[in-house]
Amino acid sequence: MSAVAHAHEHPPTANRSSRVDARLLGIYLFIASEVMLFGAFFSAYFFARVGVHNETWPPEPFELPVYLALLNTLILVTSSFTMHWALQSVKRDNRAGLIGGLFLTLALGFTFLVIQIREYTRLGFAPHDLAFGSTFYGLTGLHGAHVFVGLNLLLYALVRALRGHYSSDPEKHLGVEIPGIYWHFVDVMWIVVYTTVYVL
Amino acid sequence: MKNPIRTEAEAFSFVLVVAALAVAVALAAVLGGTWVALGVFLALALGVTVGIYMKSEPKVREPAVWERGRGDRKILVVANETVAGRALRSEIVHRARRRATEILVVAPALNTRLRHWTSDDDRARAEARDRVERSLAALREAGIEARGEVGDSDPIQAIQDALRTFGADEIIISTHPPGRSNWLERDVIERARELYGCPIAHVVVDLEHEQAKVGAAPASTSSS
Repeated sequence: MSAVAHAHEHPPTANRSSRVDARLLGIYLFIASEVMLFGAFFSAYFFARVGVHNETWPPEPFELPVYLALLNTLILVTSSFTMHWALQSVKRDNRAGLIGGLFLTLALGFTFLVIQIREYTRLGFAPHDLAFGSTFYGLTGLHGAHVFVGLNLLLYALVRALRGHYSSDPEKHLGVEIPGIYWHFVDVMWIVVYTTVYVL
Repeated sequence: MKNPIRTEAEAFSFVLVVAALAVAVALAAVLGGTWVALGVFLALALGVTVGIYMKSEPKVREPAVWERGRGDRKILVVANETVAGRALRSEIVHRARRRATEILVVAPALNTRLRHWTSDDDRARAEARDRVERSLAALREAGIEARGEVGDSDPIQAIQDALRTFGADEIIISTHPPGRSNWLERDVIERARELYGCPIAHVVVDLEHEQAKVGAAPASTSSS
């Protein structure tokens, strides 16, 4: 009787989806929601840009530091390589490679943020300067916030790696793989932001 | 079309594709202006989408190679109703006794099409769990420790799911005899051999024959 009562105290064990790991599914759903968030900001940007008739973009007298942003783009793309290196290393139980890759990714991401903040201080316009200023700071700032979140995830993974966590067992390095997927997403979004805002 | 980005490696490849696409769009913008760039972007985006769709077969995404462990030999056993068959058990025992072996038994949750589409798979999973438990108990009796799980109703999908967390060195697929096997009708063995690089053994279990002749264990095995 007590055993039966005990059995009814807890819900049955949930079926694990066999299609995709629940943790990976979580990051995919999160990224999907982030894509929609960026989509909203891009919509605002294009709405403002298309709505400006007979004017150059960016509107006079504003200018964007295309080459400095290109440098930042190269830094962020490089950080994807180091992130990939870190994960390939852990898959081969190469701890030095894992730590080195995570550290370099962290350093490159931090450099990206520092350059972006430095860029903000020298742009000569503020978020309240026309729709251009609002959408520019909105898009790049939103991306910067994502880089900041990514850096926190990477820092967490780096600390765990330094403490000896993670191994080549696929179940034992999801803590690196998931921040890695997020980091690549942040990288992709920056490439799109850079091409849209700075180049086109 | 399946999700083309299921691992960090695939996400990294996606970064490279987007970067290449951005370079092409930027060049088009510099050389031909914004509208040309937009045209190039749309053409490339369409091309990439079609390319991803064409390459979305599991063959190009299968992570089992890099997930493959370096320790004990790993054998993945996939079987339907035949999972508790004596012929299959004999085959597993025979292979496991040659060297240290880790065994994962997967029983796809066989379901009717209607129940599958309505996500009504509780009974199918419970029955599959039951079959796995019986198989594991039989293996334990034979001195083999194994673990088991319930897989997707599609055996190919079940294999793929299992390989994501279990880097098998060898796969054993158990079916009913030809003429009575739905899996053989669907060319499951051939498709699995095409998709996965590791050796795949096919064990035929004739449950009726086994039940009729208690004590005998007829099995025909073919390996690739």
